[in-house]
Amino acid sequence: MISGAEALMRCFKEEKVDTIFGYPGGFIIPAFDALYSYQDVFKFILTRHEQGAIHAAQGYARVSGKPGLVMVTSGPAATNIVTGAADAMMDSTPLVIITGQSTVAQLGTDSFQETDVIGITQPVTKWSYQVRRAEDLPWAVARAFYIAREGRPGPVVLDISKDAQVQMLDFHYEPCRFIRSYQPYPQPDTSAMREAAALINAAERPLAVVGQGVQLGHAIQELYAFLEKADIPAASTLMGLSIMDENYPLNMGMVGMHGNVAPNRQTNACDVLIAIGMRFSDRVTGNIQSYAPQAKIIHLDIDPSEINKNVKVDVAIVADVKTSLPALTALVNKAKHQDWIASFAPYRQQEYDEVISKDLHPQHTALSMAEVLKCLSDTSGEKATLVADVGQNQMISARYFSASPQRQFIASGGLGTMGFGFPAAIGAALGNPEAETYAVCGDGGIQMTIQELGTILQYQMPVKLIILNNSYLGMVRQWQELFWQERYSSTPMVNPDFVKIAQAYGIAAASVEKRENLQAAIQEMVAHQGPYLLEVKVEQHGLVYPMIPAGSPISHIILGKDKA
Amino acid sequence: MEKKLYTVTVYSENQVGLLNQVTIVFTRRQVNIESLTVSRSAIPGVHKFTITAETDEDTISKIVRQIERRIDILKAFYYTDDEIIFQEVALYKVSTETLLDNNEVEKMVRKYNARILEVTRDYSVIEQSGHTEEIEALYEELKPSGILQFVRSGRVAITKSIEEKVSAFLEEVEARRCGSEEML
Ligand SMILES: Cc1ncc(C[n+]2csc(CCOP(=O)(O)OP(=O)(O)O)c2C)c(N)n1
Ligand SMILES: [Mg+2]
Repeated sequence: MISGAEALMRCFKEEKVDTIFGYPGGFIIPAFDALYSYQDVFKFILTRHEQGAIHAAQGYARVSGKPGLVMVTSGPAATNIVTGAADAMMDSTPLVIITGQSTVAQLGTDSFQETDVIGITQPVTKWSYQVRRAEDLPWAVARAFYIAREGRPGPVVLDISKDAQVQMLDFHYEPCRFIRSYQPYPQPDTSAMREAAALINAAERPLAVVGQGVQLGHAIQELYAFLEKADIPAASTLMGLSIMDENYPLNMGMVGMHGNVAPNRQTNACDVLIAIGMRFSDRVTGNIQSYAPQAKIIHLDIDPSEINKNVKVDVAIVADVKTSLPALTALVNKAKHQDWIASFAPYRQQEYDEVISKDLHPQHTALSMAEVLKCLSDTSGEKATLVADVGQNQMISARYFSASPQRQFIASGGLGTMGFGFPAAIGAALGNPEAETYAVCGDGGIQMTIQELGTILQYQMPVKLIILNNSYLGMVRQWQELFWQERYSSTPMVNPDFVKIAQAYGIAAASVEKRENLQAAIQEMVAHQGPYLLEVKVEQHGLVYPMIPAGSPISHIILGKDKA
Repeated sequence: MEKKLYTVTVYSENQVGLLNQVTIVFTRRQVNIESLTVSRSAIPGVHKFTITAETDEDTISKIVRQIERRIDILKAFYYTDDEIIFQEVALYKVSTETLLDNNEVEKMVRKYNARILEVTRDYSVIEQSGHTEEIEALYEELKPSGILQFVRSGRVAITKSIEEKVSAFLEEVEARRCGSEEML
C-alpha cells in the first residue's frame, strides 16, 4: 500500500511527465512531500505566482505538444489558475492542473482555503473533477491526461482532497484509452469528403484558411501536400502562424483584424473557402454577415460543436485533419490557379507601400515596434520561439517576426491575456530547449507577471525578455485615438526603471532608445548566454495597421490615418 | 428565426456536477430553461435530462452540440412537440369545503381526467397529468373556487422511436471500445 500522494507521483511517471510547474500550500503539502523523493524524475519549476505557473505550463505544452502539468494548493491558488485555464480552453492547449482541496469532511463548510473549484473551473475547462478517495486517483489521473491530450486538446482540473493524498491504496495504473461518452477522433464522412472535393475541383478561386488545428494535428506535411496538389493559396490565422514559412509560395499571409490586406480582401473574392483547423473567431471574420458571402465554405475541424457555430458552412468534414487532409488530397484534382494566386500581389504591394515601409522606415526619430521586431526576426537563430504578450506588441510580433515550424510564434489568441507572454516563454524554453526563446511584452503586460523574473533567476533560464516600452497601454490607446475622440482614459503609464529591476534579480539588462544602437543591442541580447532583459523605448503614439475595426466587414480595412 | 418550444433530451454518465455543465450552456446563450427533469433512462447507468426551452432552431442545435461536447455527456437531441410524446403532472390543493359544497370542482376533475389524491378535513389534493395547456386550463377553471397551493412538474418526454435514441450510439461506441482494446 502507498499513499495517494505517492500514487500521484507514480501516475505522473507513467504518463511520462518530465516537468511540473507550481506552488505549494497547505492542502497540497502531502503531494509536495512525495515530490521531494522524485526530484531526479521531474523537474519542478517553482514560479512566483500560480498564474505564472499555469502560463508557463501553457508555453511548455504549446512548443512540446505534451500536456503541461500544474500543481498548486487550494483556495487562492486554485482561483489564481483560472485565467490560465480559460486561456488554455480558448486556445486548445492540453493541461493537467492539480489543485489541493480541503478534507472531505470540510467540503462545503467555508473552511480555511476551501473554494468550489469544480464550480469555478467547469465552465473554462474541458473536464473538472474532484478526487475524494485515494483509490480513485489512478483512474482520475489517467482520464485527465487522456482528456487533456486527445482530440481537441484542452485544460483539465483535478481537485484532490487532502484525504485522497494521505489515504493508502493498492497502486495499479492503467492508462486511459477509451471513454464511452467522448469520441476524440470522429471519422470523416465520406460523402462530405466527396462533396468537398467536387467543390474544390470546380473552384476557380479557392482559398484555404489555416488554423492551429493543423499544428495540433501534426498535419503540416499533409497540409502542404493538399495545397500543392490543387495549387491553393493559403492564409493563416494568428494561431496558425507557425505552420507555413513566410517564403512558402502558397502562403498569402495572416487574416484577421490586424492581418494582411491580401488574404482579408481575397476572403471576399474567393469562390471556395476551405477552413482547416480554425474556428472562425470574430477577430478573423469581422462582421459575420459580410464574411465571404460569395464563397462556398468547407470546414475541416475535429470538434463537431465548431461546425456552423459562427459561420454557416456548405460542407463540414468533422475529423482530425491528420486523417481528413490526406483523404481529401486523394480526391482533389491537380490544378493550377496562377492568375488567382497572382491577384494577391497588388494587395501585398499596397500593404508594403502604405503600411510596412512606413513601419520599418519611420520619418520620426523614435523607434517603431516594427523596426525592433524586424531586427529581432533577422538576428535570431534558425530555431527560435517567440512568445508575445497582448496588445500592439503582440500584433507587431505577429506581423514582423517571420515564423515557421522551426520558429514558433506563440501568443494568447482567444482570451488575449495580458501577462501571458513572459511566463509562457519560461515554459516554452523548457519545452523546447533547442530553440532560442524570446518573450516580447508591452510595458503594461510585463508588469502583470513581472515577478517571474524570480523564476528565471532561480533556474537560470536562458529566456530573453524584450519590453517594448511605449509608456502606454498602447492597444487601448489606439482604440481611444481612432474611435474614442482621443480621450486617453487610464492608458498612460508611469513605469519603473526596468533595467534596475532586472539588475536587482542579477539578470543582465540593457535599455535602448536610439535607432543607431538598436541592432547592436539586439545582437548582444541574442548572443548573451542566460537570461536577459532588453527594454526598447519605442514611439509613444504608434498605431498598428492595417486594422479592421471590431464588428466591421473585413472589406473595411484601414491602412493608416486619413486613409479609411 | 422562428421561436418555438423545443424539448432537449440529454443522455449522460452518472457523474456529479453534470447538471451545472448542462445548464450553463443555456445560460451563456441567454436561453431560459422552461422546465427540467432528471431521471434514469431505460439503459442501466445512463441518466436522462429532459429540458424545455423556447428558442429558434439554429440556437437550439448549437446548444445541443455544445452540451454534447462535455466529456461525460453521451448524446443530446432536440425535438419539436410533434416528434415526441410528453406529459406534465400538476397538483392542486383546494379546501375540502369547496370540493364538497360545490359540484363544479368534481365536474372539472372529470372533464380534465384529473383525480383526487387525498381528502382531509381541511384540504383536498387534485392530481392532473397532461400537456401544459390542459393544466393551464384546469388552473383557470379552478381559480374562482380558490387554489390554496399549486405545483406543476417539468415535462417528461419519450420519442416516437422504439428504443432509447442513444442506443444506436452506444452500440457504435462499444465497437470503438473493442477496437481500442485490440490496439493494445
Ligand atoms: C488581463 C488583461 N487586462 C486587460 C486587457 C485589455 N488590454 C488589451 S491590450 C491592452 C494594452 C496593453 O498594453 P501594453 O502591455 O503596454 O502593450 P502595448 O499595446 O502598449 O504594446 C489592454 C489593457 C487584456 N487584454 N488583458
Ligand atoms: Mg505599452
